[in-house]
Amino acid sequence: MPEALGLQHFLLVGAALFCMGLYCVLTRRNAIGILMGVELVLNAANVNYIAFSRYGVGGVDGQVFSIFVIMLAAAEAAIGLAIVLGIYRRSGSIDVSQMTSLRG
Amino acid sequence: MVDPHHAAEVAVHSSQLLRWIPFIPLLGAAVNFLLGTRIQSRAGRGGVAAVAIGSSLASFVLVVISFFSLLAFDEHSRLVIDTVAPWIHIGSLNVDIGFQFDPLSAVMTLVITGIGSLIHIYSYGYMDDEPAAWRFFALLNLFMFAMLTLVLGDSLLLMFVGWEGVGLCSWALIGFWHQDHVNTTAGNKAFIVNRIGDFGFVLGVFLLFWSLDSAGQATVVFRELPALVGGLDGMLLWGVPVVTLITLFLFVGATGKSAQIPLFVWLPDAMAGPTPVSALIHAATMVTAGVYMIGRLSFLFAMAPATLEVVAIIAAATAFFAATIGIAQNDIKKVLAYSTVSQLGYMFIAMGVGAWAAGIFHLVTHAFFKACLFLGSGSVIHAMHHEQDMRRMGGLRHYMPRTFWTFLIATVAIAGVPGTAGFFSKDEILWNAYLHSPALWFMGFLSAGITAFYMFRLVFMTFYGECRADEHTREHLHESSGWMTWPLVILAVGSLFAGFLGVPAALGGSNAFAHFLEPVVGHMEHSGHHSLALEYGLMAASVGIAGLGILLAWLIYVKKVFSAESLARIGGGWPHRVFLNKYYVDELYGATVLRGTMGLSTLFAWFDRTVVDGVVNGSAYVTRIGATLSGVFDFRVVDGLVNLTADAIHAFGGVVRRVQTGSLNTYLYVIVVVVAAVLFAGTWK
Amino acid sequence: MQGPDLSVAAFLLLSALTLGGGGGVIFSGNIVYSALSLMVSFLGVAGLYVMLEADFVAGVQVLVYVGGVLVLTLFAVMLTHRIEDIKVSNRDVGKLPGLAAALAMFAGLIAALEVAPWKLPAEGVAHEAFASTQSIGNALLGRYVLPFEVASIVLLSVLVGAVVLSRKEVAEPRVSDDA
Repeated sequence: MPEALGLQHFLLVGAALFCMGLYCVLTRRNAIGILMGVELVLNAANVNYIAFSRYGVGGVDGQVFSIFVIMLAAAEAAIGLAIVLGIYRRSGSIDVSQMTSLRG
Repeated sequence: MVDPHHAAEVAVHSSQLLRWIPFIPLLGAAVNFLLGTRIQSRAGRGGVAAVAIGSSLASFVLVVISFFSLLAFDEHSRLVIDTVAPWIHIGSLNVDIGFQFDPLSAVMTLVITGIGSLIHIYSYGYMDDEPAAWRFFALLNLFMFAMLTLVLGDSLLLMFVGWEGVGLCSWALIGFWHQDHVNTTAGNKAFIVNRIGDFGFVLGVFLLFWSLDSAGQATVVFRELPALVGGLDGMLLWGVPVVTLITLFLFVGATGKSAQIPLFVWLPDAMAGPTPVSALIHAATMVTAGVYMIGRLSFLFAMAPATLEVVAIIAAATAFFAATIGIAQNDIKKVLAYSTVSQLGYMFIAMGVGAWAAGIFHLVTHAFFKACLFLGSGSVIHAMHHEQDMRRMGGLRHYMPRTFWTFLIATVAIAGVPGTAGFFSKDEILWNAYLHSPALWFMGFLSAGITAFYMFRLVFMTFYGECRADEHTREHLHESSGWMTWPLVILAVGSLFAGFLGVPAALGGSNAFAHFLEPVVGHMEHSGHHSLALEYGLMAASVGIAGLGILLAWLIYVKKVFSAESLARIGGGWPHRVFLNKYYVDELYGATVLRGTMGLSTLFAWFDRTVVDGVVNGSAYVTRIGATLSGVFDFRVVDGLVNLTADAIHAFGGVVRRVQTGSLNTYLYVIVVVVAAVLFAGTWK
Repeated sequence: MQGPDLSVAAFLLLSALTLGGGGGVIFSGNIVYSALSLMVSFLGVAGLYVMLEADFVAGVQVLVYVGGVLVLTLFAVMLTHRIEDIKVSNRDVGKLPGLAAALAMFAGLIAALEVAPWKLPAEGVAHEAFASTQSIGNALLGRYVLPFEVASIVLLSVLVGAVVLSRKEVAEPRVSDDA
């Protein structure tokens, strides 16, 4: 019996989630909002990994990768938010459109 | 107490009692940690001390009960186990939290809880003006728990838990007076040096497990190991027998915990802790963990003669060097610390020549007299208002006779005067060392003489002659309270008579101690010739050199036939300087390890500054030159010719400049557009 | 067949949760609501993992993301905003170009999804479920032991880094960088 759900369905959800995250990153001016967008993007990637591990070949590797991704996401959140707090303490704002000290 | 169902099995007994030996001190520690401040403010220091002493004594009583029930068993079925809970079951690794009690554990636990309880009692007298007594007693109890776990644990992993636990407690207790920077530094040093050793230990355990796994069946449980290690015979790793590697790694762990060359540097500094801590942790129990570990795994070490050779050589060197350092120290606790390092060397000599029982025997006798010496020195230090320099002591035997007599007895015992504990255990080691190699014996023999010398130097400088303390201290000199002196008396009695546990056959005894341990540690046969005359001769020689050492110390420090200063000038004074400065080992580590680390970080900083920044700056520089050139080109050539082109270039520059906006959004858009373009390009077929 | 229908329904429900949560994150004007929608999305994703027979990863997802990352985010939100300006805390800029870019990307992904030659198991080979926790454990301590150890170092440095970054700044003489 063919399964009702396939790889494509999950990849579609992943793609949609990815684009939402992308939109969030592109439009937010709040640094924390951008970090949330990044989390969405990473989750989308994880959905793909897990879907491949379930439907594709390669077995457990996809799950292992997704665990590494989750671990890196946690690290990224910790460091990113610490940086945001540092910027806030220094300039009183976390609006990225005002963070332009790297302007060429 | 003994489960009849298990007793019927192959000589393994089971007892629920066993787990309480370590757990009771743990409970005591928990009570004092959680409620200590409250107990102390309600009931005073006596309250917290009662909790600690009570739990330690209760544990001792359990050990004694277990010991006698062990004795009741048949000689070859003396093994009691208590499996508390399943722990790790992953793949081929199956470990439970379980304790085992066999002759070796029995000896160790008797020493730990017995001498430990005495030291707990003593601490009550010693810490009589300590506001944070609750913390002290809680840590002491926690240490007891960790040490008992170490010796009772029935697997290498549980042993390692205890191994790390004692290290942690040692760190916390060395730095107990943490307001003083020196103490915390000493604690950190002990912890870090031990960490190096522990790394070796872990590697050894891993390697053992891994090689057993590839040989068929893996385990880390002690009672299953002997049957399996046979499979490692002939197995090579990097061209070396794997057993040799395993045991070498484990021995690295032992050098850390038991302060052998090259990792002994932490022990003298550890004397920064309160004196009862030095007695309990850094003399009687924790530092002997390495000896115990080798004894526990003696069947494994017996398979690796090369490792044993290394152990014996390092041990003999440690015994000798530490003894020579002891000559030149003036801090009473430092002398004892180096003496401990030296005596641990003796134990490892025994281990290295396969005389397992002799090593454990010396461990026991040493625990008695060294604990007595440390507690005695603590009594002195307490009376002298925390003065530790022997040059400001002297004549104390008139002020504190009980401390003096017990100290003297322990000194006689460590010097190896016939009939005392040290005599029997040390001669057992020296005799076995001689059978292995006369050179080893000679090192031990020399160290015995030096030991007698510096120990009596200590006694004479501290208790004889004129009192060199200042007026104020002298007025307050007094014998310590009964809380402190009675433990001393008990330990002194032990120092005198513990040796009779193992009177060798040559002196008409039956060496009951070695016989008791034999089922666990086995017996290594020596091919050498057994000659009674030789054994007597060696005994006479070591008694002779000990006597010589004592006589020399008496001539120099009591009779003043030679002045110590003139002796210090022998050979231009450099031998004395070398001894005084501990062979400059700390400086050596400073110059190599520390400098090396600092140098490496400096190098990285330099790399970052010069190369990485250089590349960045360089590219900026190149861009600037390019811009300048194109500006010149614009101005001189193009501008004059075609204004339109110049405008275009200007506009383009403006656009390009805007790319470097520092705005995240712009960068992101670029990325998105490019990725989307790549996706489309890839799918357009 | 009852089974497939149920799983489709569950899939639709979980996708709706996931994408709805995502929508909440990107369209909410209040950043606190954004953070809470993020939680909904995370939980939806965890549900999808369960559907995909990755129960261990689902557990990790709940623990790390919902329990860790999200709480951290909320803390950061609370620490960087005074209560009164929460309403305007989450303004967007350039909605149209953002939407265009996101949609372009979505279209690209859909195209790739359709075209790509997915490496699927051969027809007729039944899917075999495996004990995910055990095989992940074996993989982490076997084939992936090096990344696993590196990950532990990364986490350690993150720990140190986060402490260094977020502690109160000590008054130090500022180094002027002329480079």
